[in-house]
Amino acid sequence: MPTRSLIKKNKYIDSVSLMAISTKAAALDGVVNAVAAMATPMNKDVLANQGLITDDIAEATPGDLILIVVTSGDEAGADAAMNGLIALLDREPTGQASEIVHHTIAAAAAARPDANIAVISVNGQYAAHEAGKALDAGLNVMLFSDNVPLADEIALKRRAHDAGLMVMGPDCGTAIIGGVSLCFANKVRRGRIGIVAASGTGAQEMSVRIHDFGAGVSELIGTGGRDLSAEVGAIMMLDGIAALDTDPGTDVIAVISKPPAVAVAEKVLDRLAASEKPAVACFLGAGPELMKAAEVRGVQLFNRTKPAALAAVIAGGAREVELDLHEINRPLIEEVRAKLTPEQRYIRGLFCGGTLCDETMFLALEKFGDVYSNIQKDPAKRLKGSDPSRAHTFLDFGEDEFTNGKPHPMIDPSNRIERFKAEAADPEVGVIVMDFVLGYGSNPDPVGVMLPTIVEAKDAAAKAGRHLEVLGYVLGTDRDEQGFDAQVKKLTDAGVTWASSSTNTGLLAREFVSKGENA
Amino acid sequence: MSTVVDLFSQPLSAINVGAEMFADDIKAQGAPVTHLDWTPPGGGRPDVIAVLTALSRSDLAVKIADANAEAVERIITSQPVLVGYAPAIDVVPGMTRKTILHAGPPIEFKDMAGTMVGAVTGALVFEGLADNVDEAYDLAASGEITFSPCHEHQTVGSMAGVTSASMFMHVVENRPYGNYAYTNLSEQLAKILRMGANDQSVIDRLKWMRDVFGPILRDAMVSAKEIDLRMMLAQALQMGDEAHNRNNAGTTLLIQALAPHILDSDFSTKDKQDVFNFVASSDYFSGPTWMACAKAAVDSAHDIDYSTVVTTMCRNGVEFGIRISGLGQSRWFTGPAQYIEGPLFPGFTKEDRGRDIGDSAITETYGIGGFAMACAPAIVPLVGGTVEEAIDYSRQMLEITTTTNPNLTIPILAFRGTATGIDIRKVEETGILPLINTAIAHKDAGIGMIGAGLTHPPIEAFHAATLAFAAKYC
Repeated sequence: MPTRSLIKKNKYIDSVSLMAISTKAAALDGVVNAVAAMATPMNKDVLANQGLITDDIAEATPGDLILIVVTSGDEAGADAAMNGLIALLDREPTGQASEIVHHTIAAAAAARPDANIAVISVNGQYAAHEAGKALDAGLNVMLFSDNVPLADEIALKRRAHDAGLMVMGPDCGTAIIGGVSLCFANKVRRGRIGIVAASGTGAQEMSVRIHDFGAGVSELIGTGGRDLSAEVGAIMMLDGIAALDTDPGTDVIAVISKPPAVAVAEKVLDRLAASEKPAVACFLGAGPELMKAAEVRGVQLFNRTKPAALAAVIAGGAREVELDLHEINRPLIEEVRAKLTPEQRYIRGLFCGGTLCDETMFLALEKFGDVYSNIQKDPAKRLKGSDPSRAHTFLDFGEDEFTNGKPHPMIDPSNRIERFKAEAADPEVGVIVMDFVLGYGSNPDPVGVMLPTIVEAKDAAAKAGRHLEVLGYVLGTDRDEQGFDAQVKKLTDAGVTWASSSTNTGLLAREFVSKGENA
Repeated sequence: MSTVVDLFSQPLSAINVGAEMFADDIKAQGAPVTHLDWTPPGGGRPDVIAVLTALSRSDLAVKIADANAEAVERIITSQPVLVGYAPAIDVVPGMTRKTILHAGPPIEFKDMAGTMVGAVTGALVFEGLADNVDEAYDLAASGEITFSPCHEHQTVGSMAGVTSASMFMHVVENRPYGNYAYTNLSEQLAKILRMGANDQSVIDRLKWMRDVFGPILRDAMVSAKEIDLRMMLAQALQMGDEAHNRNNAGTTLLIQALAPHILDSDFSTKDKQDVFNFVASSDYFSGPTWMACAKAAVDSAHDIDYSTVVTTMCRNGVEFGIRISGLGQSRWFTGPAQYIEGPLFPGFTKEDRGRDIGDSAITETYGIGGFAMACAPAIVPLVGGTVEEAIDYSRQMLEITTTTNPNLTIPILAFRGTATGIDIRKVEETGILPLINTAIAHKDAGIGMIGAGLTHPPIEAFHAATLAFAAKYC
């Protein structure tokens, strides 16, 4: 196939933009495959695997940009495609010509004395250095980047701690500071509940549930997923709790994490117990040992998100009887069960949000033994993303194996669409569970991009005399740009069952497929 | 400094590095945000990034900051004064009858670019060491001639920089520090030795410069005693020069200062007229003067331990070399000399271009030339680009320098000083390379200047210097 490749020396474009450019280039006439990537060793490996490496590319350095188009037409078409790809590199100017452009954090901070936070989303190999520069300049840091070495994370967090600054992250996807949502966050009401979250979608779920219960968020501090590991020792979460403790805008402190190391969890619980403000903790999948540890300290601990959010809202002064608790819809469960054949007995969860995947999986684990996942702790039940599903299977499409060189599934649905088609054709599937995440940073129409595939699959199943049950959860608020009501309506119009929270999603899914004594 | 408590009590104000959509979302929520035009530091090389991180360690960073403060203090407070003109053999340290000084970092004759070969052979004919350029070529290759970089002899040379014993030199004294700098006289434009031309007209001009032009200037300076070059340069910048490629104002000021003393000399009226006509034939007359001025100032900043300030940028047509204050004068860090982008004289094509050559980047090292482009919007047609870009260049250079020079100011930037003291760390952090405003010589011997334009040093030279700095001080 006619292929063109070109190296632009010393031309840097950030990876998120490059992915957008690659995606657009792939849609050009006659293009089979398009690559726009920096010449990092990793990208060169990927190209070598695809047989696209040339001597020039092999010699290119990480500061060089690689452009490749593989086309199905003639040679002239390949030239045209390459020109099309080059044209995509021309970006709109970022501001007025007279606007001063800064190249480093130090220069920007010097010119902007009011700056108080750096939001860093550069490639992981450069991220720690930039975060260090931000701390040098006296800035707090939100470190969105992932693949930052653990030693760098610890060093950065210790430095920040000593300087009275925060390093949120690495791999921190969500924060809300001073009412401004950063990266992947939802638009929620400003209020008096402060959140410290070690998981991105966990943070989104807590803030959205609090909003839904009529309360609001003072500050949402992200810590990054490794903060509660034994190695990091919750440096950021402890500092975050301390900051909320002294924050006059915060009345209630809520923390959320995937299951932490027990010793670290105890440190966090100790710190919460020491606070004079009411505190609520949510450690997804927390076992009896942790529950006991919390009880001893008089800290409210939950292993599900919705009751945790509810407890935070009540601690903030809400009256439970006045809230819409979105109780589980029993008649709905009976209705779905009646549509399923005895063979349709498995849950297949296809998630963008790691914590949403976790919560639904943990709820399934309470009832079933044969639960497989690419984020399963039990190695015997761990699947690779490329493995076919087995029994109850939960896939987190935000894991590295899916996102290496591809945008996050909250932006790009292609991986999940392909998998959905496979699951929908499996006669043993009782319910396919999917999340649709709204908010800043996400796809502008997450339900819309999935809908044609869902409708087609449901039609095909109906023709085969089968009911295909799809359970959808829309994580978002009525203030999010995507339009919460419109997204939900698109789902329900297509015959998808709507769940009102992450916790309810997990409960409904497992009840739909419960048979006989288990039901 | 903004602590977490400040962060919660004050409006969020962000600096965004990486994905631009995050900045857009912050802006959409009404919060101030600056999105950086970011490139990976150290050209993305992990070893260089590790060094940059190590150099930002607070104890080391303080030592470097102190050393750099001293380096730029010396550069800024330097007061180069023109005190005379004299033959190289009489003033340049280490000069002999069989020595040829050249531009750029050290290079052997066999490796020299065509432009430099043309100049070397022409100079040997001029010195009477060979009868013609073919003989001169054999002599140059024989090992009998000592080749050495101008920069290692308190000297700078424009383009090929070829300097031989009997050429007349500017003699510039740096008053507060007592060091001297030298450079030869402008041959004006354009078919000239420094551009690689070497026919009889070139040799004849050099002889006239040795026998008439140089001696008249020497005698004029005996009478004038001294000319404060820094003050004159400051004036020239405010009159629209950037003092590398545009020297209209500086040349007028300099010849105006010299004229009464030239008239007072014992030469014939014809000789004096020839001198005035020669100076009037090109505004480049004062170009070398500002190079010697810059060389005198920057040389005072050599050898300051821990300083990351660049004290030399120069090219020999093959390699671009830099020297760093804290790494000593004997250590060169090099990378390939670049091609210059810019308009060419009619009849020449890109294929005719030689690579970047000359010691004239001493002007940018000092903070003028490309760094002072905002002074010289009139130069834009010569080197290409737009007036806005010219102004932006001068702004941008602040991101890679230590400070500004209050003695050399830029009117259009509210009389802000020129960006001074290039810091290798800042070049590596920003990926911004120093901007050099320069002439383009033909790649082959014997032809001359074919255009002018903009170029920059190779990043490899900065990588090498940064790694060497870490090896010495980390």
